[in-house]
Amino acid sequence: MISLIPLFIFIPLLGFIISLLIPGKKENLLSMAAFVSVGAHFILFIIFLFYWFLNGRVALNLKEIVIYQTSNYEFYLDFYFDKITAVYLFVGSFLTFLVTIYSRAYLHREKGYKRFFNTILFFYLGYTITIISGNFETLFIGWEILGISSFLLIAFYRDRYLPVKNAVKVFSIYRISDIGLILAMWATHHLWHENITFLKLSNYELAHEHLQNHTWIGIFISLMILLTAAAKSAQLPFSSWLPRAMEGPTPSSAIFYGSLSVHLGVFLLLRTFPFWEYQLSVRIFISLLGLFTAIVASGIARVQSSVKSQIAYASIAQIGLIFIEVAAGFENLALFHFAGNAFLRTYQLLVSPSVVSYLIREQFYNFSPRAHTIEDSFPKRLEYSFYILCLKEFNLDSFMYRFFWNPFKRAGKRLDFLTVKRAFIFFVPAYLVGLVFVFNEAYIPENLHEYLPVFFALIGLVMVLKSFTERKNVQMSWLLLIMNHFWIALAISFNEHFNYSQNVLYLSGIVVCGMLGYLCLRRLKIFETNIDLDQFHGHSHKHPKIAFVFLLSCLGLTGFPITPTFLGEDLIFSHIHENQSMLALFVSLSFIIDGISVIRIYARVFLGPHVKSVYDMAYRSS
Amino acid sequence: MKAHPSSFDEHEVIHDLKHYLPAQAPLKDFIHHNTLHAFQNQKFYEGTRNASEIFGYKVSLSLFEYRELFHQHKIRKDILEKIITDRKGIENSKVWHDKLLVNDYHHPDLPRIGALRANWKKQYKIDLDSLVHPILFRLLCSYLDQGIAIWNFPVSHKGFITSLREMESNSFTSFFRTKRAKDLLLNHDTKIEHLLKFLVGDESLYKQYLFDQQFAHQGWSGMVSAVEDQPQTLLDHKKITLHELIFFETLLEIDSLDFQFGEIWAPLSAKLSERPVGLFAPTTETELIEVLEIWQDAFEWSFYDEVLAGIELEKITTKRNTESSFQSLFCIDDRECSFRRYLEEFDPSCETFGTPGFFGVEFFYQPEFGKFYTKVCPAPVTPKYLIKEIGTTEKRETDVYFSKHSHSFHSGWIISQTLGFWSAFRLFLNIFRPSTSPATASSFKHMDRFSKLTIENKNIADVENDLQIGFTIDEMVTRVEGVLKSIGLIENFASIIYVVGHGSSSVNNPHYAAYDCGACSGRAGSVNSRVFSNMANHLKVREVLATKGIHIPDETQFVGALHDTTRDEIAFYDEHSLSPKNVLAHKKNIATFYTVLNHNSKERSRRFESINTKLSAEKIHEKILRRSVSLFEPRPELNHATNALCIVGRRNLTKHLFLDRRAFLNSYDYEIDPEGKILLNIMKPLGPVCGGINLEYYFSRVDNQKLGAGTKLPHNVMGLFGVANGIDGDLRPGLPSQMIEVHDPIRLMIIVEHFPEVVLKTIKTLPEVYEWYINEWIHLIAVNPETKKLFEFKNGDFVSYIPIKKQIDTTSNVETLTESSPENISVHLIK
Repeated sequence: MISLIPLFIFIPLLGFIISLLIPGKKENLLSMAAFVSVGAHFILFIIFLFYWFLNGRVALNLKEIVIYQTSNYEFYLDFYFDKITAVYLFVGSFLTFLVTIYSRAYLHREKGYKRFFNTILFFYLGYTITIISGNFETLFIGWEILGISSFLLIAFYRDRYLPVKNAVKVFSIYRISDIGLILAMWATHHLWHENITFLKLSNYELAHEHLQNHTWIGIFISLMILLTAAAKSAQLPFSSWLPRAMEGPTPSSAIFYGSLSVHLGVFLLLRTFPFWEYQLSVRIFISLLGLFTAIVASGIARVQSSVKSQIAYASIAQIGLIFIEVAAGFENLALFHFAGNAFLRTYQLLVSPSVVSYLIREQFYNFSPRAHTIEDSFPKRLEYSFYILCLKEFNLDSFMYRFFWNPFKRAGKRLDFLTVKRAFIFFVPAYLVGLVFVFNEAYIPENLHEYLPVFFALIGLVMVLKSFTERKNVQMSWLLLIMNHFWIALAISFNEHFNYSQNVLYLSGIVVCGMLGYLCLRRLKIFETNIDLDQFHGHSHKHPKIAFVFLLSCLGLTGFPITPTFLGEDLIFSHIHENQSMLALFVSLSFIIDGISVIRIYARVFLGPHVKSVYDMAYRSS
Repeated sequence: MKAHPSSFDEHEVIHDLKHYLPAQAPLKDFIHHNTLHAFQNQKFYEGTRNASEIFGYKVSLSLFEYRELFHQHKIRKDILEKIITDRKGIENSKVWHDKLLVNDYHHPDLPRIGALRANWKKQYKIDLDSLVHPILFRLLCSYLDQGIAIWNFPVSHKGFITSLREMESNSFTSFFRTKRAKDLLLNHDTKIEHLLKFLVGDESLYKQYLFDQQFAHQGWSGMVSAVEDQPQTLLDHKKITLHELIFFETLLEIDSLDFQFGEIWAPLSAKLSERPVGLFAPTTETELIEVLEIWQDAFEWSFYDEVLAGIELEKITTKRNTESSFQSLFCIDDRECSFRRYLEEFDPSCETFGTPGFFGVEFFYQPEFGKFYTKVCPAPVTPKYLIKEIGTTEKRETDVYFSKHSHSFHSGWIISQTLGFWSAFRLFLNIFRPSTSPATASSFKHMDRFSKLTIENKNIADVENDLQIGFTIDEMVTRVEGVLKSIGLIENFASIIYVVGHGSSSVNNPHYAAYDCGACSGRAGSVNSRVFSNMANHLKVREVLATKGIHIPDETQFVGALHDTTRDEIAFYDEHSLSPKNVLAHKKNIATFYTVLNHNSKERSRRFESINTKLSAEKIHEKILRRSVSLFEPRPELNHATNALCIVGRRNLTKHLFLDRRAFLNSYDYEIDPEGKILLNIMKPLGPVCGGINLEYYFSRVDNQKLGAGTKLPHNVMGLFGVANGIDGDLRPGLPSQMIEVHDPIRLMIIVEHFPEVVLKTIKTLPEVYEWYINEWIHLIAVNPETKKLFEFKNGDFVSYIPIKKQIDTTSNVETLTESSPENISVHLIK
């Protein structure tokens, strides 16, 4: 029965691939593909669940495929099935099944019918991989798929301004959560000297033994996990992304942002609970974060005057409570609460358009001029202040800009002197010098050698920053991103004795996708002459094929699991030593910003209102 | 010495702005109107051209779409040739033919709106909209909110700015990020003019700047303007003016600029490299525009010509039946067109009439336990009467899923773990077996079927809030007489006369009010049909009517009814008062009605992808019923989509024409109205009601993004009064794409059966009526009732029109005809 587990990933994968092959005009076939694959998935899962129950509900672990192996490094896919998996898979399977049926008629005649079902199946694939994963590496694959498919779902109405803007916003938060995960993985490698499975993680003695001498690493890992979970589950200070994600068709908002996607942070916490179970400080911290989120989000929910944002904040508050439940060790309660909250919010979002006729009828019969609320009994000054704060969402939305993106942007602007030419003139020789160093490592003095990786990683980071803030030259922005990876590869080469094959593995995807992307941009430039990064151009309107190929290259460049680069990224981190926290910081920062910059290029060039068809586009504010 | 006269007149600018902003009321009062009403004082093509160049609207289909229509033969070749020749002369026909079919045209330049304000981004590299809009929209929505928020705006009913001032001065935090804006708000002497001095600098640009600013979010501005003009449209009244909105928005802009640049920055005009074109400077007609006009004319006349040919070819029996099994009054609504056709088919001895669905009785209605009055008559009318419902038996159901308790964290904790699981079950049920729930907006809930209504006023002093409760006998007589005369029913009364109002039912549909009866201000017509029937049954009313020459036989009884156009169901009212003889006849008629409803739903189903039109009528009706309560069905019905005609005349004029549910049908008998006095009363509302519906569909169809609401799938309900995309979006007035996608955007053609000179005299009586026709927003045709000659209203006069088509298709079986295609079906003669 354990060998059946991969089936639950295979079915959505197959459904996704089939849905890609069906022509967009065949609505019935498309929805049928989704219906059959999700339906079969659901039914098989129910049968599986039944057997699993009968067989004593033991946790199952399946080490599936070893993808890459060296003497001290092994990358393998691992699947794990226990109570948590069972609940999450049940809720996910059930809701996705209902929503695919729901969307079948709901999306009839919508431009992008195919895109919608593709993305839903893709999302579902990511969801199942995440839920069934047995180690961080497998989970990370699912996590990446979730990020991209969320971006695509939010930007479903890609020729309007706000969906695209919000999609980029949400993606950047997701990117932060990805990096939390990468750093957590990095630290666990060093703690265990292997890619640890969740099964081993739950082995108390083993974990305890490792942690005893490495308390700080333990806490670091836990905090990174928390960062990842908080960003994904829209806890403080990230909360404001959730309501802004509700830009797609209502059913997709309902299952993804109302229920499945947003509860994945909780999943991660539940999954790693055995690891931080004995770190009291971490548990207290998680509870406090949950509590603060619950209070603040409830306050914000109370003043929301639009249906979807109200449901979003109410859901965030409940997830805050679930965080507390997890931290307190009430696993069953948390799972129960998750399921209930997911069902409730999905349903509430799906019936949200009915709120007009329903509440107006209620108002017609039960009107009282202004409902007295608890806040009315506060002192006035306090009441007004609190109201204004809640209305402005405690400035959470601008918070990310002020304290995170804007400093980067300011730093990037200092690099305005860089042009394509200058970049090449300066960096090509510098890189060559770096290579010379690598090949002659023996001659480098010890104390210089220590700083070289950090130095080269920093140059990489500078390139990414420049790319991220570039407003004019698209091609340069793109080239800088490619170069970044070369700098990182160079930096890491100092760490171990130059490992040719691993670098090839890492850079192969980068080179191929980088070239492909560059060609797309060049081709587009032939048609459209002027493309900059100062605004959204919406070229997918006229050039959907170029847009699609470019999206693929973007995915490859960000280390998405379609090229070997994905493995490479993990490898890179495995080579960063545990005492090289600066290097880890620089590399992870450049990965974050690299990902965001890639998506930014894609969004600015291909998404948004088409600049050349102003009369066919919606107003910017709509 | 007097100060230099200011070129900026705040009042005038705000007045102008309000004229151009969308005029749509909150959702519950959704009433169709001409979206471009502001341009109605100009000729149609001129007005739409101006609207397009100034505001960037699309005002016709695209060249590509017209060419497609031509290749699909939906635009006729002979018509196209005729229009080119008429406009351009025979000698240019070849050249223009190529221009229409082959030539490439460049995109028009950018619209004028927004050009001035775009300089913030160009010259200052600041994106004001993204800094100002989110907080502005949120504040407006919270202030106007009708009941979504749990914690309402703390200071209300004092006016928008007063409330903001009070909160701002009594708070530890602020709406703003900088001090200057805060001080300016708290200073009572601040005027918009002062703020614009900081922002814009050059006084001559103020007006254009404010237009740019407000049209950057025309949805919200339009809503504020609508609420300012008709505060009663929000049940929970809110005081707000467009002036206040502009004032506050301007402050927010200053705040953002201060935050970015500190308090010292030059006004916009200082950095202007060149002055943008004035918004209302004359526009130019390009060749592309003319090409599109010719296409549009050809598109319209391809259909009109066919209809007119049909009318000419049809053999008319001018005599009415003297012995009818029953008679039935319907609303003029285009959706009743096929219902009437089937009634006449299944009971050839019955007779049907059309008249606006409020049946001439205008009043406010108050359901029992309701805290407000609802207007149930055309929007421009302000009634002086009140009808109250008493003795209801039905209970209102509530739905815990809309309860706000699930949003607070403690009760939410319990609810999500209990009801949360129940909602999974509910969702499952609704997907596999959809059924009515309290979330459904049902036309039958408008009035309890078994309640009583306070129809007769026996004491003039019976007044509530300045409204007289019920009508006196004389008032009843005027109204009954008015309706009967206008439809030409003053003799040969059948023993049962049904008065059928209409409404609709849907779920998950914020635009539900748009589907109800437009003549009842977006409500169901049940109360009106019942009130009218009661009046006409009143013995004293009949006595007086007899003195006026209308003798209604004693056995004749009027029966009120409501037709649900979504579900194709019908409910009859006060059946218990029928005489025993009529009860028997009524039973037989009910059976006819039921059969007819099945067939009606079958005909409607051809437009629905999810239903196989070839199934039996009963089966299809079941599917239609399920569809109306399905959460996932964004098209419960298609409402007025495809409307294109309005026929004012006797039923026989078009009785044997298959018009594919595209016509508003208003019964009228020219013989009892030789002078056209009754005709004037009919023509008065036709423009705003039918023309309004038609043009709203027209513009929402040709520019669904800017003049329509876009697709409804991502809509988010704002404050119960509007919809927006996402949470930070502008309100979206107009119709969503799901309502208009099958609509052919052509103007309404009204066909009046009367002598052209009488029709001309009639429409000229009132300038507001005449405007619709002389400016060509509606086409008008007069049919000479004696010769059946056709006359087209053109440049202020009627000229003879001879249809190009000499033969039209015939059919002996409408059912097979409607099964044949999901598209529009051409006009057929029914044998």
